[in-house]
Amino acid sequence: MYEKIWETHLVRASANEVPILYIDTHLVHEVTSPQAFEGLRLNNRKVRRPDLTFATMDHNVPTTDRSLPITDLIAAKQMETLAENCAEFDIPLYDIDSPEQGIVHVIGPELGITLPGKTIVCGDSHTSTHGALGALAFGIGTSEIEHVLATQCLLQQKSETFEIRIDGKLPYGVTAKDIILSIIGHIGIDGGNGAVVEYTGSAIRALSIEERMTVCNMSIEAGARAGMIAPDDATYEYIAGKRFAPKGEEFDAAVENWKHLPTDEGATYDRTLQLDAADIAPQVTWGTNPGMVTDVTGRVPDPADMATTDEKTATEHALAYMDLQPGTPITDIPVDRVFIGSCTNSRISDLRAAAEVAKGRKVAENISAMVVPGSQAVKRQAEAEGLDEVFREAGFEWREAGCSMCLGMNPDTLSPGQRCASTSNRNFEGRQGKGGRTHLVSPQMAAATAVTGRFVDIRKF
Amino acid sequence: MEAFKEHVGFVVPLDRINVDTDQIIPKQFLKRIERTGFGEFLFNDWRYLENGDPNPEFVLNLPRYANASILIAGANFGCGSSREHAPWALQQYGFKAILAPSFADIFRNNCYKNGILPIALPADVITSLGEEAHDTEGYQLMVDLEAQSVICPDGTAHTFEIGDFEKYCLLNGLDEIGWTLQYEADIAAFENR
Ligand code: SF4
Repeated sequence: MYEKIWETHLVRASANEVPILYIDTHLVHEVTSPQAFEGLRLNNRKVRRPDLTFATMDHNVPTTDRSLPITDLIAAKQMETLAENCAEFDIPLYDIDSPEQGIVHVIGPELGITLPGKTIVCGDSHTSTHGALGALAFGIGTSEIEHVLATQCLLQQKSETFEIRIDGKLPYGVTAKDIILSIIGHIGIDGGNGAVVEYTGSAIRALSIEERMTVCNMSIEAGARAGMIAPDDATYEYIAGKRFAPKGEEFDAAVENWKHLPTDEGATYDRTLQLDAADIAPQVTWGTNPGMVTDVTGRVPDPADMATTDEKTATEHALAYMDLQPGTPITDIPVDRVFIGSCTNSRISDLRAAAEVAKGRKVAENISAMVVPGSQAVKRQAEAEGLDEVFREAGFEWREAGCSMCLGMNPDTLSPGQRCASTSNRNFEGRQGKGGRTHLVSPQMAAATAVTGRFVDIRKF
Repeated sequence: MEAFKEHVGFVVPLDRINVDTDQIIPKQFLKRIERTGFGEFLFNDWRYLENGDPNPEFVLNLPRYANASILIAGANFGCGSSREHAPWALQQYGFKAILAPSFADIFRNNCYKNGILPIALPADVITSLGEEAHDTEGYQLMVDLEAQSVICPDGTAHTFEIGDFEKYCLLNGLDEIGWTLQYEADIAAFENR
């Protein structure tokens, strides 16, 4: 599938030259774009296809009351700069007051901008999310953003192909988040380097489109260039009727085309990995990268058990930072905060799953828990279903849409030493605030943790 | 972009694997809208103490490494977020080349685009170069891009791989957008297909 999309988007491929790949959709946000626009201006260049470019504000928008002035002046400046750049270069912008505003990887699929077979780029590594619909989508850096703005193309080396096949039935309480965390635990955070991963197998087919997004979202955490899942009837059903999706006959014709996208029977991949869905348990990270993960029934590892000295040192560093003792059962670890949100787990199905756990229960004393929907549309839907009430009654804060505490760029951050159960995708040192300690989990596990004050096995909850 | 042909410089060893871009340039500095001035925030959380003073234990702060322009690091350097602020910070601090057993993909690409040369060498070579830099005050290496080789003071040379295109652009200090725009006609033809 990767190769098919690749071939049909090649503008130029000459021996000894880096191939030029055409980009169908370019998503832009406020943090990584200002310097790209600055570069265009400095060189007197224009945006080649403003019509294929979409901009939104997500990374550092405040998630508190939007009618108040923004307290963070630099964030305000970045948002203002994006608005000016979009006006100058004629790019459609879903700004902070727009009913469509949200995390770029949530609104892309929601608005029907993300479609099978497309090449999609964005200056954010979790662009791999869009691969869930059978697109080739990956993150790019600021000079590449400038490159795509100016040329609508990218210089790209072809990646290897990597099939990760998961067959079988997921046990009760085990989610898409647990699938991807367990994959990263298996192959490591560099296990996907240089490759585009295609997730296959009956367990992947059985996932909803939103769950597939959760899996593809974290492909980058295994080092992969992109993650993708072949489109099927569920994909077409999801896309039908979305705002920018083709309509009527055009839609039918598009579906016919999309049916040719999946990898041909018998095609081979450069690398493969097989896992059995039945073996996957709810996952909790204990360290400072997403590969430092174990089953909820597991224990914090002992550096002495590590195979190499590098791993031993890394584990020691991680445990010191996380303030954890080797051998501690995961379910003995208490938390201070709970964050449900981010482009990994902030869609309506994630919020429904968390609400089901929270319903009729109360957040434990001394724990502050918050829910940040991925987009304004998700927020409206959740409110229509009364999920906001469920969360509020249980003692969760209910916020406006944005990235929020996923990266702590707006005022939502952890204080030094605070420990957080988070549905986001990165547990790096300082990611959610300097000195903050992050444990990655699924939305269900996060909600249950908020109630008990420590990690619990959702299967026995 | 400045052309990169040959470079001789002091070496500093950073003995850590999986150094991610959040460590290279913490996110609070991403809010700037300029393209310069990131060097002073490189490795911010490791380099400075709570009160803002330099952390005397962090290797970059040791006086003996003050003028280093070649960084030696552990495997999978530059993993994590795709922020290009990371190579900017490294470059604006004064690094010209980074030597490691392996690099994260996006980071490696971002280095080439900003005139930094990421050099992957076998883990045992990196370990021994790191030890040399640690044991020998004023340890220097020479990087010869044309010959694709890292040359030690005793004359030993370690060759490394680099794509023809990346090499060409670095050697000529060429901007990639200008390169692609030469093929405007191909792009227009593609769009009309
Ligand atoms: S939610 Fe987090 S990972 Fe996702 S786009 Fe925002 S900052 Fe990046």
